[in-house]
Amino acid sequence: MSDTSANSVAFVRTEQVPPSPPPFQTSGPVKWAKDNLFSTPFYSVLTIVAAYFIYLILAGILPWLANGVWGTTSLAECREVLDGVSGGCFSVLSERWNQLIFGFTYPSELYWRPALAFLIMFAAAAPVLFFKLPRKLLIITALFPFVAYYLIWGGTIFTPILALLGVVVGYFVYRRLVAGSFAAGFFGGVAAAFVVWIIGGMLIPENANETAMLQAVPSRDLGGFMLNMMLGVVCVSLSIPLGIALALGRQSNMPLIKWICVIFIEFIRGVPLITLLFVANVMLAYFFPPGTSTDLFLRVVIMITMFSAAYIAEVIRGGLAALPRGQYEAADSLGLDYPQAMRLIILPQALKISIPGIVNIAVGLFKDTTLVSVISMFDLLGMIRGPILASTEWNGVYWELLGFAALLFFVVCYGISQYSQWLERQLATDHR
Amino acid sequence: MNKSVFFGALTVAGMAAGVAAAGTLDDVKARGKLNCGVTTGLVGFAAPDANGEWNGFDVAVCRAVAAAVLGDATAVEFVPTTGKTRFTALASGEIDMLARNTTWTFSRDVDLKFTFVGVNYYDGQGFMAPKELGVSSAKDLDGATVCIQTGTTTELNLADFFRSNNISYEPVPIETNAEAQQQYLAGACDVFTTDASGLAATRATFENPGDHVVLPEIVSKEPLGPLVRHGDNEWGDVVRWTLNALISAEELGITSANIAEMAAGSNNPEINRILGTEGTLGEMLGLEADWAMKAIAAGGNYGEIFEGNIGESTPIGLARGLNAQWTDGGLLYSPPFR
Amino acid sequence: MSTITDPPQGAFRLSMLLNDTRYRSYTFQFIALILLIAAFAFLGSNLISNLTAAGLNISYQFLGTPAGYDINQTLIDYSSQSTNARAAFVGILNTLLVAFLACVTATIFGVIAGVLRLSNNWLVSKLMSFYVEIFRNIPVLIWIIIIFTIMIAVMPGPRAFRGDEPSASMILNAVAFTNRGVYIPAPIWGPGSMVVVATFILSIVGVIGYRRYATKLLYDTGKLLPMGWPSLAILIVPTLLMFLIMGRPIGLDVPELKGFNFAGGIKVGGPLIALWFALSIYTGAFIAENVRAGIQAISKGQTEAAGALGLRQGRIMNLVVLPQALRVIIPPLISQYLNITKNSSLAIAVGYADVTATLGGITLNQTGRAIECILLLMLFYLTISLSISAIMNVYNNSVKLKER
Repeated sequence: MSDTSANSVAFVRTEQVPPSPPPFQTSGPVKWAKDNLFSTPFYSVLTIVAAYFIYLILAGILPWLANGVWGTTSLAECREVLDGVSGGCFSVLSERWNQLIFGFTYPSELYWRPALAFLIMFAAAAPVLFFKLPRKLLIITALFPFVAYYLIWGGTIFTPILALLGVVVGYFVYRRLVAGSFAAGFFGGVAAAFVVWIIGGMLIPENANETAMLQAVPSRDLGGFMLNMMLGVVCVSLSIPLGIALALGRQSNMPLIKWICVIFIEFIRGVPLITLLFVANVMLAYFFPPGTSTDLFLRVVIMITMFSAAYIAEVIRGGLAALPRGQYEAADSLGLDYPQAMRLIILPQALKISIPGIVNIAVGLFKDTTLVSVISMFDLLGMIRGPILASTEWNGVYWELLGFAALLFFVVCYGISQYSQWLERQLATDHR
Repeated sequence: MNKSVFFGALTVAGMAAGVAAAGTLDDVKARGKLNCGVTTGLVGFAAPDANGEWNGFDVAVCRAVAAAVLGDATAVEFVPTTGKTRFTALASGEIDMLARNTTWTFSRDVDLKFTFVGVNYYDGQGFMAPKELGVSSAKDLDGATVCIQTGTTTELNLADFFRSNNISYEPVPIETNAEAQQQYLAGACDVFTTDASGLAATRATFENPGDHVVLPEIVSKEPLGPLVRHGDNEWGDVVRWTLNALISAEELGITSANIAEMAAGSNNPEINRILGTEGTLGEMLGLEADWAMKAIAAGGNYGEIFEGNIGESTPIGLARGLNAQWTDGGLLYSPPFR
Repeated sequence: MSTITDPPQGAFRLSMLLNDTRYRSYTFQFIALILLIAAFAFLGSNLISNLTAAGLNISYQFLGTPAGYDINQTLIDYSSQSTNARAAFVGILNTLLVAFLACVTATIFGVIAGVLRLSNNWLVSKLMSFYVEIFRNIPVLIWIIIIFTIMIAVMPGPRAFRGDEPSASMILNAVAFTNRGVYIPAPIWGPGSMVVVATFILSIVGVIGYRRYATKLLYDTGKLLPMGWPSLAILIVPTLLMFLIMGRPIGLDVPELKGFNFAGGIKVGGPLIALWFALSIYTGAFIAENVRAGIQAISKGQTEAAGALGLRQGRIMNLVVLPQALRVIIPPLISQYLNITKNSSLAIAVGYADVTATLGGITLNQTGRAIECILLLMLFYLTISLSISAIMNVYNNSVKLKER
């Protein structure tokens, strides 16, 4: 029977048939669209609605961008050029570029100084942001505040040098004393730095500012996006150590210190930033010694730093609480005292957990620097709402200016949050 | 300034002792700069131009005082203030004087303890409406939506006016002049109210100023003038008499053009006293003998400042009106220099 | 009388204050106390000497004097003759109003965007990611101003409704969108209207009772009654019948153009709408992220287990995922509500009369009492924040996983 079956078959295929392509319906873009866009009737409706929505937005914005006018000197001129066609008057950006970035009172011949400081900032931030870079680069980071201060404010070079000297002396005193106890080292270092500053402050000649190499610029003249950047960078950097101290204080088992920290944190977190800025603007002046005056920039920095420190303290407290109890006990059983345990065991881990939270706070804080426009400081938004929109030439150019401000903030904040996500993945050492 | 930031930081740490509170005049001389509070921007009165240079009618007063005290009309630090911050800025010593169209009122003088040294502009609150609305009097505004720039006495006057005329309205308070303009032009409010001078200044920035009318009613008295803190009479005298010097200069015909010639000596003893060639008025104020000459030379006499910044030849186009010399039927009347 | 178990009673030495852990914390606290007192004394003495130098005093008498200004949107009776305290109270109510409205809508936006972002629909989930990123990364103040500007510049003014060929018209002849706000009809309560309202309230009670009954039936017998349509019917039909029986006692006061503005109806002011919308769409982006994180925190096994039990997609969401996700979502949600309340202080940028604009704005400007006004303002926000935190703590404790 076996041969009949062999013979009864006319043709036996000797090789595999090449697989035919899947039906048109189940492959390629069509399948993708079916799976991802039209899988159920409800989703199909959603897709169509979303597509129409996107079309509406693009139809509004694209011609406006494409027909944009650059290079006119006033809105009226710009409207003439456009001649009824819808289009943006982007000339306001090019014409007022310097004002938007540097404010309207920063001397125009000195723009290179903040710009240079801005560039150095990247070099200074790099070793902090990317751990793989050589640690030697941290020297740039350590020097950056003094260099940036000198570049932006100018004046006598003695001030930043003196400040640096105080920090260096303080550091050496700290290193010397820290072997005995952390507290002695810390307070000794701070005291030494203050001694240097006070003695040095007396030595700086009275007219040093007039004879300085870089022309001094009062901080009232700062403005534009530069002001937002400066407030953001300065306040975030200052508030991290303060936030750590507050978080540790809140965890402390010394009731007095604990309650001081709790009240401070809850008070600051309970009020809007704008009221704190009002305090900086209209109240704080009454709390300084009579006859002295501190400029508004410094007052605002103090308030914003306190504000973000309270929030950062809560994030770090979360990090501290998330550490297993065993870590604390292990540190104790090794015989480490409190500062050592914190520095070597607890904080490195707690801070690692807190980094995404801290970055979130930093982004939020940077966005909140726009609130200073409400208290008559001319940051980016202040420039737009005040001098530029009030000027005869550009009275009525809202979308271009607000869009520009939104874009600038978006680029910076989105960049930071992307970095934070990248960092989170880098630091994820646990096994999931 | 960077030093003050640095020492400011020390102050916060409680390490630096306060500077002994000397008189404002000595402070200004020691500092070499006058800190003058102005508005955040009102074209014609005080506004930064495209180069960041402050210009305007109020600014000119600051410059005149700086010229009188320091001999340099550019030695002024302009501090932009809002309606909210101006009084604290002055009371706390952040600024030496405030020249920010501020109305002289009883409570500001007595309760808030400021000294108004005089009046540099007699103003009154008015209304502006689009021509197409067909409104000819503020009494026709029953039910209208009114944009107000906050921070002055405007809100109170408005409430009083509508209350006493028994008509209703809807107030829309707005922080900055730019935003008030935006809302008014977009038709979000029917009328815009602020001081008549401010209305003229705002209208001047419109694309078609002719489409808008300023209604005839002036609903309040708004004597605007520079002010200083109570209790420092020497400094108050300096600012007061600088302002008076500007006004007297116009009355006596001293202009920035002929001042050099007049300073050489003239037949009019009052001119000589003002310009310091006769008598010791400057010394009495604690200033140089030629203080008033410098103040007048800085921007001209009152009339020149007015014409140059807000007068009829400028886009703002204000008539002198009440602000003419008393000899021309106005209210400007400087006490004699004697 | 010392026994051997007593620790060695060394004489107290001064150095023990620093080196002995039993005393060290007292030393530190003492130092902290001294520093605290010194700081307060320093600031206090500065304040007093500054105030005396300026001849000022701290006094709250201004609260009792007439405010003298008008407010455009008030929930309670207010005129320019009312006191500053009442003006502040009007502001407080306005703050609470916009905060409440924005919390509700922000939650709706956030939940929709958060769920849709996880959907399988590629276009929609990308669109939602775009929404979340763009709103989270641009300052809320800019959004408030942008939305207010849209409101002012795009919506027609009341003038556009006038004339023979108006360029704008009212929707259904009842609702008008203008750049001053939205005018909607107001109900007129005629005689007998109370009966209708009472019927409506009874219907609500009826709906709740029906749903309870249906749930009980489901758990007891496994029989599933339909929920949606009957509830709706119970809610509407009796009220509608009663409305017709009583002879239509509730009328509508439709807004109409009169003079400069629309008259009649209820006006929802432009600043309120702009602030409300801006806050809810901005905070909605944050809530969307919280919702997404909450849903993703529920392990996939839960969904699969529910699926294995034969539950439908909607029921899996409602009965299994959401109840568990809520535990994760609610705490950050409450802090977003707090943020809305605090961000509502930016009303100052659009001229909405919240407490920052009345007490911290016009009252402060007019009376010049900066310190007093700002202290009161902070006290108000602090009270709100602390009470919301307290509620949140109670909630957190009640939903805490009870394990071990």
